[in-house]
Amino acid sequence: MRRAPIVLTATVAGTAGVLAFHPHTPAVQSASASTSAASASTASNGAGGSSGSGGGSGSSGTATGDAVATPYGDAQVRVTVAKGKIAKIEALRLQGDDPRSVQISSSAEPVLRQEALSAQSAAVDAVSGATFTSASYAQSLQSALDKLGFKAADGARTTLQVPQGGGDDHGF
Amino acid sequence: MLSPVLEVRHVMGMPVGIEIPGEGADVEAAFAWLREVDATFSTYRADSEISRLDRGELTLADCRPEVDEVLTRCLALERATGGYFSARPAGRLDPSGLVKGWALDGAARRLGAECFCLNAGGDVIARGRPEPARGWRVGIRHPLEHDCLAAVLEVQDLAVATSGEYERGAHIVDPHTGRPPRGLLSVTVVGPELATADAYATAAFAMGADGPAWTATLDGYDALCITSDRRVLSTPGFARHRAQPGGG
Repeated sequence: MRRAPIVLTATVAGTAGVLAFHPHTPAVQSASASTSAASASTASNGAGGSSGSGGGSGSSGTATGDAVATPYGDAQVRVTVAKGKIAKIEALRLQGDDPRSVQISSSAEPVLRQEALSAQSAAVDAVSGATFTSASYAQSLQSALDKLGFKAADGARTTLQVPQGGGDDHGF
Repeated sequence: MLSPVLEVRHVMGMPVGIEIPGEGADVEAAFAWLREVDATFSTYRADSEISRLDRGELTLADCRPEVDEVLTRCLALERATGGYFSARPAGRLDPSGLVKGWALDGAARRLGAECFCLNAGGDVIARGRPEPARGWRVGIRHPLEHDCLAAVLEVQDLAVATSGEYERGAHIVDPHTGRPPRGLLSVTVVGPELATADAYATAAFAMGADGPAWTATLDGYDALCITSDRRVLSTPGFARHRAQPGGG
């Protein structure tokens, strides 16, 4: 099948890292007066309600760990333990004077994978996030087809209908 | 002989592209549906049912049944997202955040094809495999370097929705504040239905820095969030959609 993949320009690849919380390794340090005066509010709605991992003694309470330097900035967690289980882990990201709490896990399982943003190129069939206007889309598509020497003569039907006049910023 | 289809038309205020490999299928029903949806739901049209409903000129009972269907679904999403997805994000009735994906899901059903890639307004619906050896390759646009990709996926039977700033500028608001959220450059949600993926992406983006953690709670949908400080946070299930290096 004749097809013109959209090829975008190339740059560098990035690195990857993983945020992992190990259920049986208590991250609890002696509770220092937390510097994070900020809200512990989270936007997690209907967060899975999964129970914390088993093990541990009957301790209960909340404590903030040391700030640990990582390639991605300082990492610090606040852990809530209830009845010998880790009930909640909050990652406290300290940026200047604006500490901010993001609940990453309620079950001490690794939940979000973190990596650095990289810029890539690849031949793709479609791009998500590219809300081009019709005119620029058509122009871009046409130039890509031209570069590939794409010809419509072999039965592929390509119709680029761009509206007369304005009205691109209309609707959805 | 096989005659593939590659059709791009401007409808609902955006270019809608449909690619169907193999024997050419009929796209007319799909585009007709999108025009109907636009006429009913466009908030840019004073005479659309949604605009007239908002002005009180119509009651819900006067409207097409799809209006009730959409608004009911908006309510459910409002609850599921703690109000970060809203049918009234800036005060007036505007379910566009759901309508776009919902309309495209409907268009996909009206293609009557088992293999296609539908691409519209930054969203993608991929069905089947374009070639036996590979799935549909979908790039996620880099939020800062617009001629590059942030990630490449290889998918089949999946919807991909991305919310972010991109070309149209700040148009997503946090319904609680009425102002643009801060913290994220973009959110991509993947899953079985575009309408839901789109609403979740919009909601997560509206949550700002709290969005990524919320996406980890979603059932049946995975997400990749790009933060303003250039970190990429993805849910564990997202990795299986990534294209393998050296593929394609």
